[in-house]
Amino acid sequence: MDTIETVLRDVPLFGGLGSAELETVAGCGSNVRFRSDEMLFRDGDEAETFYVIRQGAIALEMFVPSRGPVTIETLEAGEVIGWSWLFPPYRWHFDARALSLVRATGFDGACLRGKCEADPKLGYELMSRFAQVAIERLQWTRLRLLDVYGYARVD
Amino acid sequence: MASEATSVIEPGGLDALVGVLRARGFTVLGPTSRDGAIVYEELDSAADLPIGWTDVQEAGTYRLERRNDEARFGYAVGPHSWKQFLFPPRVRLWRARRANGGVEVEETPPEEGPYAFFGMRSCELHAMAIQDRVFIGGKYVDGDYAARREDAFVVAVNCFEPGGTCFCVSMGTGPKAEGGYDLALTEILDGAHRFLVEVGSERGAEVLEQLPNRPAAETDVRAAADAVDGAAERMGRTLDTTDIRNLLTDNLEHERWNEVATRCLTCGNCTMVCPTCFCTTVADTTDLTGESAERVRVWDSCFSVDYSYIHGGSIRPSGRSRYRQWLTHKFGTWHDQFGSSGCVGCGRCITWCPVGIDVTEELTAIRTDQVGPNTGSEEG
Amino acid sequence: MATHASTDLREPPGPMAPEPFRVSRRRRETRDTWTLEFEPVTGVPLELAPGQFTMLYAFGIGEVPISISGDTEGPLVHTVRAVGAVSQAICASRPGSVLGVRGPFGNSWPVEDARGSDVVVVAGGIGLAPLRPALYEVLRRRGEYGEVALLYGSRTPDDLLYRRELERLRGRFDLHVDVTVDSAEGGWHGKVGVVPKIIGGARFEPDSTVALVCGPEIMMHFAAQALLERGVPGERIFLSMERDMRCGLGHCGHCQLGPTLICRDGPVYRYDELRELMAVREL
Repeated sequence: MDTIETVLRDVPLFGGLGSAELETVAGCGSNVRFRSDEMLFRDGDEAETFYVIRQGAIALEMFVPSRGPVTIETLEAGEVIGWSWLFPPYRWHFDARALSLVRATGFDGACLRGKCEADPKLGYELMSRFAQVAIERLQWTRLRLLDVYGYARVD
Repeated sequence: MASEATSVIEPGGLDALVGVLRARGFTVLGPTSRDGAIVYEELDSAADLPIGWTDVQEAGTYRLERRNDEARFGYAVGPHSWKQFLFPPRVRLWRARRANGGVEVEETPPEEGPYAFFGMRSCELHAMAIQDRVFIGGKYVDGDYAARREDAFVVAVNCFEPGGTCFCVSMGTGPKAEGGYDLALTEILDGAHRFLVEVGSERGAEVLEQLPNRPAAETDVRAAADAVDGAAERMGRTLDTTDIRNLLTDNLEHERWNEVATRCLTCGNCTMVCPTCFCTTVADTTDLTGESAERVRVWDSCFSVDYSYIHGGSIRPSGRSRYRQWLTHKFGTWHDQFGSSGCVGCGRCITWCPVGIDVTEELTAIRTDQVGPNTGSEEG
Repeated sequence: MATHASTDLREPPGPMAPEPFRVSRRRRETRDTWTLEFEPVTGVPLELAPGQFTMLYAFGIGEVPISISGDTEGPLVHTVRAVGAVSQAICASRPGSVLGVRGPFGNSWPVEDARGSDVVVVAGGIGLAPLRPALYEVLRRRGEYGEVALLYGSRTPDDLLYRRELERLRGRFDLHVDVTVDSAEGGWHGKVGVVPKIIGGARFEPDSTVALVCGPEIMMHFAAQALLERGVPGERIFLSMERDMRCGLGHCGHCQLGPTLICRDGPVYRYDELRELMAVREL
């Protein structure tokens, strides 16, 4: 068994995909490692990869002048980073930093886009799954936007 | 419990009654005319009663008119209710001093009483029982209310002249007083002017013995019953209370709330005149030296924006939500909280609303699913 | 020691009169939150249950309802956020000063009924304060419960309450502690994200779990949704509700929440009974 395929099987994002599809996707993947504090990518970099975290944690950050890097979200094992590979201009929109030793599987965007075009059904499956991830992240982000713990006004 | 044996007294007997109560140490409070309304104040004698007056009430209006007789109780209820005596608008709960490195609290006992309530209507007896449940019927007893309530002597009056906005029959609270009084009077104007007296307690019997009275004849009893039955038939309003608690719970988003909100000023008059409304707030103050402090309890109204304020804002900022809170509490959730309706059908909120909002009309509109104004029935 | 003035009293002070309590310890938790520990001036300690609150009085300024936030078998402890005149005065009270206490009032977290189940404590912001006594109760009888988890979120790392205590709790082998913040700046190596998200990854058996939730109302709403999604039944999810309070006795009317009075029927509510009420705007 290809270890990458096994990895994909355990990722909630790809749950329910058939073996053939998993094999196809796995074909675009390769294992990677990041040291603690290493940047996976920076805002503006070419986004030709998405990562599935196998071990460790990643912080999504934005650098704000005079505040420094602000962590907007952290992601853990089993979670996916990145959908910028899906749409032009294929650029990352934030920084990502490893918070610990991270083992991940990276999937080549161009390779996957090619496979999706060849097999529209696979393309649809991947699209809807990534949309699900995006929607969930959006919901949590909106909740943070409400600033529910916000500093109360003094009266 | 009303006793079987009844007596009759003449109008002069009322003077004697006030005298006897005063002699026993009661502050006698009852209806009197002042500033164009019949209000409840201390009575020096029965001559202070609004003799020969009646009230004409409708949504948003109240006027006094002369009668063509000398009836002592020929009117319904005015802007005052008896709650202002048992549950005063302003009460100092305690005073405290900084002393001995700590704080000493002294309790402030109630100032007046005991009270004799002269002329309490059946709806008002029910209202008092409802407030009893709030203040002395729960886990914590309001000591001030309990002290005022304990010694209170009640002379009830059975209505023969219902008000234009009354609906006690619909609420099951009148017009006949069924209990909770020491004495109950029914004024009879048919023939000789006299009062049927029913005894409701031993204290009441003792007081009656000190008044010139004669046993009631069957004609007296029948005349009294006719007077009260007549009142029951001439109610200013009616209200269908079938399953009203669930009706309100099921209609918290009814369009009608939006509609009434365009009229309601959230002035809170209704809560001030309502005999069962009990909401309060407390104010803590110190003197200029900061060495002594006191806490005062004052009437509050759920119509004020501050009423539901918690850090950051009010839970009910809109007038719509505040009107809804008041009405659904009064007729609905009061059942959950205190085991009965909060309304006794006295009609004060209808009369004293400056824009004439009529609770019976609003509730009927929700029941019949209407949104526009003036859709209620005004059958009496 | 100060007691009550002797001459004017007709009978013992009623439930609207505060008992004097002396501040014995004061610790700053965050930029606007302090934890105070109290001793009764008259020496009579209160009987406390987790989830209850007292009406805490600052001499001459006013009183506010504050949840009990310490071990119910120990002295009275309150964690207070300075958001208004009264709470600011309370937070500024140094050890030795005397405040007034009425209560305790309200019902309590169902810690006893939860024996035999897994327990998940979900806290947001200052919501950890009313839950801490429940956690202590559970840990006191740790053997009677299954999995126990504490899931806690705040605005930023600087807003986390009881930081050192949390680190100690994290070291226990019989307790799963997960902390997250809404956002963080450099130096935070923990989770960044909302509390409902970490409910998904927590370790417990949904169909034999009791969940205790406290925090801003909207956070509790989403946390309860996340718990339901994991399969915890609504009748085993408990929330602590808050409304304006002026008496704590069921007499002033302010704390009404639909058909209930929070001072008497709450502050702890079962989610299945609360759900419909929470869905009505401006109720």
